[in-house]
Amino acid sequence: MYGIGVLKGLGVTLKHFITSYVEDLRWLGRRYFNEDAMESRQGPRARGVFTVQYPEEKLPVPEEFRYIPFLLYEIDEDGKPQDRCTSCGICAKVCPPQCIWIVRSNDPQTGRPIPEPAEFFIDIDICMNCGLCAEYCPFDAIKMDHDYEMAAYDRMTQHIFNKARLSKPVSYYASIRPTNYTREEEARASKEAAKAAKREGG
Amino acid sequence: MTDQERSVVAEAVDPLLARFPGVATKDERRSYSGYLVAADRLIEFATALRDELGYDYLSSVTGVDYLPEGKWKVVYHAYKTSGGPALIFKTQVAREDPRVPSLVSIYPGADFQEREAWDLFGIHFAGHPNLRRILMWEGFEGHPMRKDWKEPYFEEEAKPFKSRWPEGNVSRSEDASPFRGNFQYPPGFSPEGWVPEADSALYAGVGRVSASAGDNGRSLETDQIVVNLGPQHPSTHGVFRMVVTLDGETIVDLQPVMGYLHRNHEKIGERNTFLMNMPFTDRLDYICSMSNNLGYALAVEKLMGIKPPERAEYIRVLMVELTRVVNHLWAIGFLLNDLGAFFTPALYAMEERELILDIFEATSGSRMMCNYMRFGGVARDLPEGMFERAREIVFDRLPRRVDEIETYLTDNEIVRGRSIGVGVLPAATAIAYSAAGPVLRASGVPYDVRKADPYSIYDRFDFNVAVRYGGDVYDRYLIRIDEIRESLKILRQVIEGMPGGEIQTGKPQYQVRVPAGEAYGRVENPKGELGYYVVSTGKPTPWRYHIRAPSFINLTAMGEMCKGQKIADVVAILGSIDIVLGETDR
Repeated sequence: MYGIGVLKGLGVTLKHFITSYVEDLRWLGRRYFNEDAMESRQGPRARGVFTVQYPEEKLPVPEEFRYIPFLLYEIDEDGKPQDRCTSCGICAKVCPPQCIWIVRSNDPQTGRPIPEPAEFFIDIDICMNCGLCAEYCPFDAIKMDHDYEMAAYDRMTQHIFNKARLSKPVSYYASIRPTNYTREEEARASKEAAKAAKREGG
Repeated sequence: MTDQERSVVAEAVDPLLARFPGVATKDERRSYSGYLVAADRLIEFATALRDELGYDYLSSVTGVDYLPEGKWKVVYHAYKTSGGPALIFKTQVAREDPRVPSLVSIYPGADFQEREAWDLFGIHFAGHPNLRRILMWEGFEGHPMRKDWKEPYFEEEAKPFKSRWPEGNVSRSEDASPFRGNFQYPPGFSPEGWVPEADSALYAGVGRVSASAGDNGRSLETDQIVVNLGPQHPSTHGVFRMVVTLDGETIVDLQPVMGYLHRNHEKIGERNTFLMNMPFTDRLDYICSMSNNLGYALAVEKLMGIKPPERAEYIRVLMVELTRVVNHLWAIGFLLNDLGAFFTPALYAMEERELILDIFEATSGSRMMCNYMRFGGVARDLPEGMFERAREIVFDRLPRRVDEIETYLTDNEIVRGRSIGVGVLPAATAIAYSAAGPVLRASGVPYDVRKADPYSIYDRFDFNVAVRYGGDVYDRYLIRIDEIRESLKILRQVIEGMPGGEIQTGKPQYQVRVPAGEAYGRVENPKGELGYYVVSTGKPTPWRYHIRAPSFINLTAMGEMCKGQKIADVVAILGSIDIVLGETDR
């Protein structure tokens, strides 16, 4: 009979419509603005309304999520920040859109280059968030951030980030990427230990 | 190409070499393959190839600028639709006033590709019916893919640019251009006074027609009219324009106009190092970045002679097949949008897509611009929990959801009424026009690169090539449902068989050494055959980096599909081809 197909289709829509109310009732009004409910709204078993009410509520980002790079610094015994970056320039060389500019600093007495960048710029209008800089940095000094809300009022003056704007403490990195941080610290520790053993042995 | 494959091809063509003594010779350069054909005998050669040897499908046509040698090469890749490796043939002309005979009369699918080579390289294809610019605008000065052409923000021939390190004088490239924008004018050009003359060529076919005599014996004199659909039109899925010549409501002629999103991806690619191109491939067909990555990785791996470890191969297939599901869901959803079912089917399909994008995001760091594959492996392993999530989606959720979409749409009388018998593309025409992917298979040609010329580890999996025989919009919808089911079949085998171990051959390197030579990596992208033609000279940057874009080449047959149809069906037909303008315009 003509029209059966349309009716079957409407049945599917009706099912979706009813499910959305059933799901809302199941959570007794706590389905929205509630982090515990997020998994049931977005996971493989999700049913009902799928929408996330951004910006009032936000999806948690996974650890590997990548947005605009940042530079890591450690705090030394005197409480002073120490850049991990050695201004080797690998990130600037690997960057596909070439949005990284690094000014290497020189020792004022000898004039030789010293392993600390005098300045570090990233043009975030050009950055394509590919993450290659973080992937190939041999010192774990540049990493991809999780902060994706960076709209500014003036792109002419505010979209070239300098070293001060880019630098964030290692503790911040550890908080956004705990698994990566632990793995890298373990690798670093074992490397140090191997070096120390070699020194003692030699 | 392995030695065995090469000898199979050589055996088939050697009689041809004997038939054309002195005309066709083998390309003997190291790491190159194929045959060099004299330009003046090219038509004869190609006809014999098609009619006597069965190479009925011309996949790719492109130019290469051998500037130091003062030569142009035009490179053709032909296939048999019954399967097997490519037959590559090339013709070579001097750099001054390059003229090559056009193959459009033998392979109509060469139409847009030859226009592209004319536009970007300035190679003149003699006998081409419509040799106009296709990607650049008509007032454009020069041919941008030539090695001696420089773009407005030109800094150096190859990245990395020296100004980035160690002095690092930061500047905005926008400020360097005197026009304060990404363009340059030919000398003496005034944008205000310019009249786009070439547009008149699009309207040349318009004329007065006499409609057939009616009952009273008198004929009616009517004017044909031209309707410009686009470039700003919601049904074109982006910035795309169709110049439709109409007789009443019936389409007499349709010409696609594209290039509004052109950024000269290939030129950027030839300034980049090999690795830098990887994130740029994401931005071609931005729905399917994972499979774009795979095609490029395969092409470069062929040149480097490396193979990824077992686990990486499995992860690659997992990602690529999930991408196919994503793309087909998207295509079906938006086809229904084009048919007038505004967004309900599209959003049902997108719910499932979101779940797969969650896996991509957790694994690669980004939902769409994945940048996940590397030469000889993948960037990182699957994070904890994602494999289980993929299993749950593939085994449990998606099969149910695909069934639901079928219940929802397949028998719907409105969908059937709008799509059955609309935009029919017969099998022979589909092959001649080099249509690929679901468009080709919905026309009854069971050609799938995964089976016809297996790459990666596809020869290990048990799946069928989906095929439908109607060649209309409805069959192009059904074939996408079929292909989702086949992909799920592959995905189940991948998940069951996923081995442990390494994900990268050798140490990850940012500066890979790619030996000199040429390679063509092709994959069955969700939209059709995606090919990367890469020529290396042993330097860190590719000498030539060409993309055979399925969205672009599938549009060659668009005019054929639309002739004689009603204007309202154009939108449905375009939706059923499933184009992405990022790939069409490159």
